[in-house]
Amino acid sequence: MRRIVIEPLTRVEGHGKVTLLQGKNRNIRQARLHITEFRGFEKFIQGRPYWELPVLVQRLCGICPVSHHLAAAKATDMIVGARELTPTAEKIRRLMHYGQTLQSHALHFFHLCSPDLLFGYDDEVRHRNVVGVIEDSPELAKQGVLLRKYGQEVIRVTAGKRIHGTGAIPGGVNKSLSLDEIHYLQDEIARMIGWAQGAVELIKKIFFEHYDYHLGFASIESSMMSLVKADGGFELYHGGMRARDREGKAIFDHVDYCHYTDYIRESVKDWSYMKFPFISSLGEAKGWYRVGPLARVNNCDFFSTPLAEAERIEFMAIGNGLPVQSTMAYHWARLIELLHCTEAIAELLCDRDLVGTDLRTKGEMQSSGTGVIEAPRGTLFHHYEVDEQGIVEKASLIVSTTNNNQAMNESIRKVANQYLDGHRLSEALLNQVEVAIRAYDPCLSCATHAIGKMPMELNLLNVRGELIDRLEKRVTGQISRTL
Amino acid sequence: MNDRPPSAPVLILSYGNPSRGDDALGPVMFDMLEKHKQETTDLDRVDLLTDFQLQIEHAVDLENRQCILFVDAGVSCAEPFELRLLQAEKDDTFTTHAMSPASVLAVYNQINQDEAPPACLLTIRAYEFGLGLPMSEAARKNLDLAFQYIIGGQWIQHC
Repeated sequence: MRRIVIEPLTRVEGHGKVTLLQGKNRNIRQARLHITEFRGFEKFIQGRPYWELPVLVQRLCGICPVSHHLAAAKATDMIVGARELTPTAEKIRRLMHYGQTLQSHALHFFHLCSPDLLFGYDDEVRHRNVVGVIEDSPELAKQGVLLRKYGQEVIRVTAGKRIHGTGAIPGGVNKSLSLDEIHYLQDEIARMIGWAQGAVELIKKIFFEHYDYHLGFASIESSMMSLVKADGGFELYHGGMRARDREGKAIFDHVDYCHYTDYIRESVKDWSYMKFPFISSLGEAKGWYRVGPLARVNNCDFFSTPLAEAERIEFMAIGNGLPVQSTMAYHWARLIELLHCTEAIAELLCDRDLVGTDLRTKGEMQSSGTGVIEAPRGTLFHHYEVDEQGIVEKASLIVSTTNNNQAMNESIRKVANQYLDGHRLSEALLNQVEVAIRAYDPCLSCATHAIGKMPMELNLLNVRGELIDRLEKRVTGQISRTL
Repeated sequence: MNDRPPSAPVLILSYGNPSRGDDALGPVMFDMLEKHKQETTDLDRVDLLTDFQLQIEHAVDLENRQCILFVDAGVSCAEPFELRLLQAEKDDTFTTHAMSPASVLAVYNQINQDEAPPACLLTIRAYEFGLGLPMSEAARKNLDLAFQYIIGGQWIQHC
């Protein structure tokens, strides 16, 4: 068996490495996206008092700290016996979460992935990065910056600080909004909705201009999992777990996420620190699934906001009654969610509960708590067990990207089988693998940044482990064959 | 956002993860500078910002400045720290979730169709970035020297 190694990925955070395992007939038998850094989340959390968790866990990830903040807050709600938050607390948390999702999706579309979509995967490399987007469309780039900035401002206002926010606390929130803060956010929201609508129109135009490519590239058939509201509506903050198979039939529905371990299990591989979750009832081989925007838009029965709902209907039409399985449709689904977030923010900013003074509830202390939310990249699980003094004895996390682990490998395999030409690596293949992975917007973040540590290397090893080809990609984007 | 407070002419933007060993150099520098700003008048004309990572929206924070100092941790610079003048650079870090300061300047140039204010990067020598690790003793010494250098104000001459 021949082994082809690609490392590390550019445009995704942290250090990634891809190995392609080739069979005798040169088909790619298996693709492995390695996560080589051990992050030690659980160990980092053990021994800390539960009340520190919502702040502490933000440091797990510099990309989506608010997601961890809210998942931990929900888990600690249970620990303090807060069965139901006050309306003010829940709405402020929701507003914060919409801000987080808005800024994350804006970054991904306008500045990470739009180059792939606007110019196509085979575009000249230097043009495919965001420089190309900005040079060709500076107004689009500015909208991306300002949409993201707006989302950050929603976070700042609701969390109290731009980073390391303390807005959500066990049992509620520590502040409500002032009318000045609400008016400040209201001033710009109409413009944000307009830009979000423009982004959805743009993605549809791009998708349909190269319909067959976008439908087929890295496309795989999978089950999908997400939270949904009790009425089946789209949900990001709180709901029941729903999983549907590749034909859209229910595997489980409206499951209380506190029992997630009855439905989701994780396997480990000796070549990756990232686990491989699967749906228990389907078994390890067939139980892998996808999460994130594609899963959420497919799984929900409707959006509560009118513009996003109209877009969902149009989106689902391309599935002809079946779930939309196109991997590149992640981008489209992500922008429908972005539009929904802007609409939902606008609605919430008119809700006077945001200025309420009833901020916190509590009840009988519990020894464990589970918090699950739909983070921008997918379902995020936090579970904690505490001792009598409230010190964390056990922490279990399934982060969003981990849920997509096997799916990303399957998409890579699909691309490699389609585009690997013999046993010689090519820049085109490297780019295509990256495009496939980027569609999932994976967060391999270690929330750190060591300057000058991101060269890229593409190795080709034969069955005996001998290096027979190698490409190097430098931080400048320059690619050279070095063997 | 329409009613942002007026910007101070100088911005010091320190970044890193406080729970990642020596990656905390940036945020701890922010804390030290903030304390110094409260206790003295040395930094009256300076805005202080901190974040986990640099991102596109930081281009907006650079607006209406006379000069900018980025403060980061780095494993490949000389001890105790290095200062270099930045040029806007369209490098590949544009395409990651985290950006280099030079690429933030480039975003500024593009979205404003104007040159970004002069900017320097002060990189403090770091050694370990493990999650949950404390800052190393060697990094802390470098931090103290860098702090004295920043409040001394000599770096502004390089911008």
